[in-house]
Amino acid sequence: MTENVMIQLAVIILFLPLLGFTATLFLGKKIKFMYIFETFILICAFVLSVVLVYTQLTYFSGKSTIGEFHWIDLANAPLMGRITVDLGVLIDNISVLMIFVVSLISMLVHIFSIAYMKGDKRYNRYFAYLGIFTFSMNGIVFTHNLLMMYIFWDLVGISSYLLIGFWYEKKSASDAGKKAFIANRVGDIGMFLGILLLFITYHTFTFDKIFSQISQGVIPFNSGFWLTVTGILIFCGAIGKSAQFPLHVWLPDAMEGPTPVSALIHAATMVAAGVYLIVRVFPMLSGGALEFIAIIGAISALIPATIALTQNDIKKVLAYSTISQLGYMVMGLGVGAYSFAFFHLITHAFFKALLFLGSGSVIMAMHHEQDIRKMGGLRKKMPVTYYTFLLATLAISGIPLTSGFLSKDGILAGTFAFGSLTGQWFFAAVGFFVAMLTAFYMFRLVILTFHGEPRDKEKYEHAKESPFVMAMPLVVLAALSIFIWYTPNPVNPEQGALLSSWVKTPVINTPQFSRYEFMKNDEAKPTQNNVPGGEVKEKESEVVYSGVYTEAMHQAHIPAMLLSLFVAGLGILTAFLFYQWKKLDPDKLADSIKPLYKLSYNKWYFDEIYDATFIAATLGLSKVLYWIDTYIIDGIVNGSASLTKLLARISDGFDHYVVDGIVNFMGYLSSFIGLIFRRFQTGKVQTYIVLVVFSLVIILFLFKSF
Amino acid sequence: MQYFPILSFITFLPILGMVIILFIPKKLDVVIKSLTLVITSVQVVAAVVILHSYNYALGGINDPATFQFMEKFRWIDINGFSWIGKIKVDYFMGIDGLSVPLVLLTAIVTFVATLSSWTINKSVKGYFALFLLLDTGMMGVFVSLDFFLFYVFWELMLLPMYFLIGIWGGPRREYAAIKFFLYTLLGSVFMLLVMIGLYFSSTEVLADGTKAFTFNMLSMMNHQNFTMTGILSPLNPHNLRLVAYIALFIGFAIKIPMFPFHTWLPDAHVEAPTAISVILAGVLLKMGTYGILRICYPVFPEITRQLVWYIALFGMINIIYGALCAMAQKEIKKLIANSSISHMGFVLLGMASLNSMGMSGAVLQMFNHGTITAMLFLCVGVIYDRAHTRGIEEFGGLATQMPIYTGFTTLAFFGAIGLPGLSGFISESFIFLGAFAFPTIRVIAVISTLGMLLGAGYMLWTMQRVYLGTLKEKWASLKDLTFREYAMLVPLSIIIIFIGVYPSPILSLMNSSVNAMVKFMADAQVIYGSFGH
Repeated sequence: MTENVMIQLAVIILFLPLLGFTATLFLGKKIKFMYIFETFILICAFVLSVVLVYTQLTYFSGKSTIGEFHWIDLANAPLMGRITVDLGVLIDNISVLMIFVVSLISMLVHIFSIAYMKGDKRYNRYFAYLGIFTFSMNGIVFTHNLLMMYIFWDLVGISSYLLIGFWYEKKSASDAGKKAFIANRVGDIGMFLGILLLFITYHTFTFDKIFSQISQGVIPFNSGFWLTVTGILIFCGAIGKSAQFPLHVWLPDAMEGPTPVSALIHAATMVAAGVYLIVRVFPMLSGGALEFIAIIGAISALIPATIALTQNDIKKVLAYSTISQLGYMVMGLGVGAYSFAFFHLITHAFFKALLFLGSGSVIMAMHHEQDIRKMGGLRKKMPVTYYTFLLATLAISGIPLTSGFLSKDGILAGTFAFGSLTGQWFFAAVGFFVAMLTAFYMFRLVILTFHGEPRDKEKYEHAKESPFVMAMPLVVLAALSIFIWYTPNPVNPEQGALLSSWVKTPVINTPQFSRYEFMKNDEAKPTQNNVPGGEVKEKESEVVYSGVYTEAMHQAHIPAMLLSLFVAGLGILTAFLFYQWKKLDPDKLADSIKPLYKLSYNKWYFDEIYDATFIAATLGLSKVLYWIDTYIIDGIVNGSASLTKLLARISDGFDHYVVDGIVNFMGYLSSFIGLIFRRFQTGKVQTYIVLVVFSLVIILFLFKSF
Repeated sequence: MQYFPILSFITFLPILGMVIILFIPKKLDVVIKSLTLVITSVQVVAAVVILHSYNYALGGINDPATFQFMEKFRWIDINGFSWIGKIKVDYFMGIDGLSVPLVLLTAIVTFVATLSSWTINKSVKGYFALFLLLDTGMMGVFVSLDFFLFYVFWELMLLPMYFLIGIWGGPRREYAAIKFFLYTLLGSVFMLLVMIGLYFSSTEVLADGTKAFTFNMLSMMNHQNFTMTGILSPLNPHNLRLVAYIALFIGFAIKIPMFPFHTWLPDAHVEAPTAISVILAGVLLKMGTYGILRICYPVFPEITRQLVWYIALFGMINIIYGALCAMAQKEIKKLIANSSISHMGFVLLGMASLNSMGMSGAVLQMFNHGTITAMLFLCVGVIYDRAHTRGIEEFGGLATQMPIYTGFTTLAFFGAIGLPGLSGFISESFIFLGAFAFPTIRVIAVISTLGMLLGAGYMLWTMQRVYLGTLKEKWASLKDLTFREYAMLVPLSIIIIFIGVYPSPILSLMNSSVNAMVKFMADAQVIYGSFGH
């Protein structure tokens, strides 16, 4: 298989779901079975992506293939030269692994939904929306440039809006959709500004062209500061999409959408897009930007984990845990543990999708009950759901033999190494603390849901295991949460093909002065090969990534692993003490630390704070401006009209009394004069002669004096 | 094609229709409506023919040789006033990449508006006669290259608009009509003064070798044609070009409408019948920005350069102020009117960038705003025809009752938000790219991006209140779209999606002219700078 065939394959995978969307949207009303067509399309896309991932990893591993075309071409632009906007696909190890994850989970969610959404009045519409979402997500994965990334970024946002608000009759659902979209827009604006900065500096949106110019020392405004700003601005997009602090507030609300949607979009794929974005632009991030990213990631890992401790809605707990885990990945990237962050993205996608689908299975069995206080004892009724859910919980808690253990441990080792190299132990401390919290709240969830005695007997009686189409995806995802797919050695992930040869940290292209201290001396030597006769460019990314850092990671591996095992065990033990064995009373503890409990239970009051500040300010400002519009500006307009009318009336009065007055007066005067002179005009010749003589006498008399 | 005066044809065809309508008996409503529809369809066909035979490589702007479909002959020729010289006015038409998209837009929007006018029942004959007169006025503005002719068409369009709002409008129609009329007339007065000033400052060489004053816009764009003493001549050290520029700019800005001259628009929109709102938002507002690009920019390039920061600033104010005002509205039509103000701000911002990306974005935004906002007003009209109310809070859950209609509206709303894949995204991105690339207005561009956020805010909020939620009982009998409504919404939807997915054709349509304009502005900077004042 050649590169061209791979590109065609990628394009087909990209557009197949769009076809499914269009067909299902327009024919869905008439043809009942369009959802089968849509699901079939996704199965095809999955099969093709397996072919693609196999080809890439077997024959082209480490090489990247680009297929592009000019979308917009402004020829001969004065001042700017030729401006082209290209669209294209980039096929490399990262993108094929990501497309594999996306199409697999998307396919499983389609299958799961067949049963879960049964009986919904907009059944086919739902599948159409899943299709447009998958299309947009595929676009993010395959893009080779930032503008296309942004385009699909927004499309993902809008499909997420449609799916969150799918049951739009509920106000909470349409509110949640709107909130998600607007919170994402805030991040998008940052990302857009970053793209603008990059464009005016490099006149291109394409990743590899930007990177190669950076490695030649071209940076925005010739300043390391602006390079850092650019990195942070681009990262803003990830803050929005990956629900990082301070824009994380939309994700818990997004749980209003159907549960399979939460699994697909708000756990496995869309929220991971932010992390994927950082992975893509990693080579251009300066040390400052990375540090900022790490801090945001750490905060986002910590705060939601504390909130998840006290939530009672099964999906809300999972939502907060998702934010927390995404925070891990972001923090991992920030401290330089690139490959482990991406690894965690993959493993998390599988086990978190599994957790959500499992919760969907529970929710359906409990007739749309989501409150874990009303569950309990479901273990016996739903064995498949229980065991798969438990496996995923072990994975997220970082217990050996699971995938989560490998990836999470790697990130923790990364923070550990970062601490030992720079002396900043903050990230490591947060990492291990959150690991403990995670183990605690996840086991709290499992125990309250599946163990013990049922607390709502009636619903429990009716609960039963889900049908095959729902159980099958659970089993598949559970299988993927075991270590064996990633490495033969359950304690050392680096022995597996994934980390040893597929996912490699790329060359850092940023100028030396702007990097982390411990990466200063790294040699960046990208080499370019052109395949003869083809338009396809290949890039050898045989990488020399920070030797110092890699060494530190190796040393941190064992201590970090032991420590993480210890904290996870501690978390699980506490959960059992509280909820299974009831040795400790959670309510008493909550009472004794009331303010902290309330802070956690009320989600740190983020929503209330945002409502009272940004939203209230915007709405208030809009009212004030509208008032100005109506009363001041229009007041002036109407006032000038009234003034003109007044002037008109005055001039009318002037006309009437003064001008007309003068005219009339003249008329009056002349008629008066006429009245006088009429006397002289008697028509009698004698009178005229007298007057003439009399006048002559006066005239002569007058002239005489001169 | 070359010998057929297609521009005159497309401009005066509606007048021909108007004359015919005047002879049709009042009772034959359907005949009058159908005739109008035929006329506007022929106009669309003519616009497509123009588009088809248009040469994309020619730039236009200031160079008469690269204008296309030119028609030029002496229209008014008076000799003998010794103190004025000869008065010569040309009938001069021609189009370039700035006007072609707008000619096309006018044809399409008028066609769609005709369909939307089908529901008019009150003195049908008068309505359609005026409607066609308005059509001629609009088309004429976009094809004239002689300032005098331009002015005639500009005024010609004003009168029918006044009556269309004032007679067929809503409850406060007279207030709105008079406000519209006076506001625009104020602008016209400014324009008239500047026009006369320019006339006495610029000359043209006649066939017999003598020089005469001229209204020819293209002559005014060449500094060599100015007299030494004209008050608006750059060669005169005591010229009043700055004052004249501001006056002319305000004349056009009222039409855009630019803050603080914008308050006539919401009133006019609320009172105007749907079809007239569609024309108002779809075409009329573009005359303002078109006028600035066609006349202010190339006739006063050095002043433009001087004031470009202020143009961008007012663009920013429009974007943010309009968006915030839109958010405060309780009436759908008023909301969309205010969103129009916001979106026209993007055009100003793009124009101020003085580079190819920003200018392309501005011209494209004119076209896109025309189609998207026309569609938004049509959608409001659809629901108003059925429910006889436009209060946002009175609706809710229409998506359940009218799913197809909601689908179209959603498309228009998303277009207005600037969703990628729809046309608004391309123009907005280009405007930001262009504005950001120009250091003078970079900060303004950055602040203006807030408009993207606010836009999403008020649009989605409206969406939620009107279409989502549970259906109110009283709307349970509303019917979904009729065939006529499909016919007006589908073409616009196709255009919006097509440009969003494949913007290349329309961008290359205007590319040569935009480049010519940018180059002209840059060169003029050097030339006018050499006059030393």
